[in-house]
Amino acid sequence: MITSFLLKGFDRRVTFAVLILAVIAVAVPCFNLYLPQNHPLHVPTYLVQLWGKYAAYAMLAVALDLVWGYCGILSLGHGAFFALGGYAMGMYLMRQIGTRGVYAHPILPDFMVFLNWKELPVTWYGFDWFGYAAFMVMFVPGLLAFVFGWFAFRSRVTGVYLSIITQAMTYALLLAFFRNDMGFGGNNGLTDFKDILGYNIQADTTRAGLFFLTVLAVIVSLILASAIVNSKLGKVLLAIRDAESRTRFIGYRVENFKVFVFTVSACMAGIAGALYVPQVGIINPSEFSPANSIEAVIWVAVGGRGTLVGAVVGAVAVNWGKTWFTGAFPAYWLFALGALFVLVTLFLPKGIIGTLSSLMARRPAPAGTLNPKPAE
Amino acid sequence: MDLAKNSLLYLDGVAVSFDGYKALRGLSMVIEPGEMRAIIGPNGAGKTTMMDVITGKTRPDEGEVLFAGSTDLTQMDEAAIASLGIGRKFQKPTVFESQTVRDNLVLALQGDRGTFATLFHRLTGREATRLDELLETIKLQDRQNELAKNLSHGQKQWLEIGMLLAQEPKLLLVDEPVAGMTDAETMETAHLLRKINETKSVVVVEHDMHFVRELGVKVTVLHEGAVLSEGSIDHVANDPRVIEVYLGR
Ligand SMILES: Nc1ncnc2c1ncn2[C@@H]1O[C@H](COP(=O)(O)OP(=O)(O)OP(=O)(O)O)[C@@H](O)[C@H]1O
Ligand SMILES: [Mg+2]
Repeated sequence: MITSFLLKGFDRRVTFAVLILAVIAVAVPCFNLYLPQNHPLHVPTYLVQLWGKYAAYAMLAVALDLVWGYCGILSLGHGAFFALGGYAMGMYLMRQIGTRGVYAHPILPDFMVFLNWKELPVTWYGFDWFGYAAFMVMFVPGLLAFVFGWFAFRSRVTGVYLSIITQAMTYALLLAFFRNDMGFGGNNGLTDFKDILGYNIQADTTRAGLFFLTVLAVIVSLILASAIVNSKLGKVLLAIRDAESRTRFIGYRVENFKVFVFTVSACMAGIAGALYVPQVGIINPSEFSPANSIEAVIWVAVGGRGTLVGAVVGAVAVNWGKTWFTGAFPAYWLFALGALFVLVTLFLPKGIIGTLSSLMARRPAPAGTLNPKPAE
Repeated sequence: MDLAKNSLLYLDGVAVSFDGYKALRGLSMVIEPGEMRAIIGPNGAGKTTMMDVITGKTRPDEGEVLFAGSTDLTQMDEAAIASLGIGRKFQKPTVFESQTVRDNLVLALQGDRGTFATLFHRLTGREATRLDELLETIKLQDRQNELAKNLSHGQKQWLEIGMLLAQEPKLLLVDEPVAGMTDAETMETAHLLRKINETKSVVVVEHDMHFVRELGVKVTVLHEGAVLSEGSIDHVANDPRVIEVYLGR
């Protein structure tokens, strides 16, 4: 059942993207580790790290496209799920530091010693064990999405109102995580990580491994998301997106479908965040900032909403642009981002992949059959 | 009470108001099992509102709505009512435009509507046969793989009737099925509905008198949210109150 379900994910576009990603996942770490520094194809470690970050963003974008592109849920709070996954991973990494911290406390992370805390808060129990942390990476964002979705979708909150409350959710978390007494490092967040599963987090080999895993996670989430949208449930999602009340009259419990896809998407975003944190070496409350969630929406819009592969393309393209732009004109990035959004909405409403695929769909048709008239 | 027990659909004293405006005021009506009923009435008479009440979209302020003699529809939501076997075709045809004709029917096919059942659903041979039958009934075999948005208006109406049939309902509520159709399409739709009525009960709302005459069934005239007259088409057409309401139309 599961295999035949996943096989549905391999449509032409996704298969193509998966092949390219698989090559990247293998080639980039190899070119980094095994080619000499002066070789023209050598990939420096800082690029492995940067591209690994893009890959984590790409996975967040796929998660967002699943709910927005296919079910019409414009979530402006997906950054929160990403950040929660990141915090869960950060907590594991903090507890790996052990006595190597500034205060050399065997159990308590530095910031707790600094705050004069005597014992570990319950929320931190178990995070020294990777399996538990990995579970929490999915469970916490998933649970939040489930509870949030349960209330919002049952009360039939839709459209702009839903977007606003998702934004409020991430803002509330931002404020909460800023507080020292929450026990998540407050303002400074979690940082100074030493190793992950026993491997030095700064080592080239670890970085290459994390890159590989992150791209692999993008591949898996693409296939999973694609399998979902190609299933009958995917048709129901499209039906909800296009005509919600009609879908109810055929007998589907719309809210259950929304809660399901929202929760799956949040778990995916959580994993993306967990892969992001060891690569950038820090997680702090600014990851909850509302602007992050909005940026993710722009990636999807640029790449092409409702195409999945477009989400990956958009996330990488916009972030590559951001890296370049913030280097060249640091003060103007937000203006550029806003302008990009307006331009894409006006001139490329289907995004990069959406536009490409409608061009390709059109080309083979002989002249005169471009827009077949409906038969009488 | 006997009236209710043997009926398929039983409405008694149903009242609905929107911000003080009384769209339905004491509407009562009984549909027998296997019956086809035509409902006519001027714009704003409350025909669509009546369907909204039956299908759970609008909760009545007052009155009883019973299905199959005992099930109280006023306490159920849209999805639950749909799964009881009440299917609805909307006044404005709403098919799922960005999906193919066939997928529209797949969505409507009777079957488990649960989240995980749909996630792992695989089309069975029986379902495929049923799809082909439906496509033939609504004459859209040749266009089954086209997006629904490319259909003509009349074809969308038929697709919606097909989606209704796919749910294997006991009762079909059909709101203005021939609006915007050519004369030929109208006659074909009347034929289609009569065929459907061989196995299912049908309530059809329509303005088009030719069409209602073609159906040849009992007619209920609604006016200002209540029943004005009921009987054969010739009976209601000669009812002075009906003539007065329709005067000048
Ligand atoms: N949701 C609503 N809010 C406010 N008023 C409404 C609502 N739905 C219907 N009405 C009003 O109730 C009255 C009855 O409307 P309804 O749509 O049932 O009429 P109808 O008989 O179907 O008319 P038509 O032939 O034009 O389709 C109309 O005056 C309409 O404006
Ligand atoms: Mg109406």
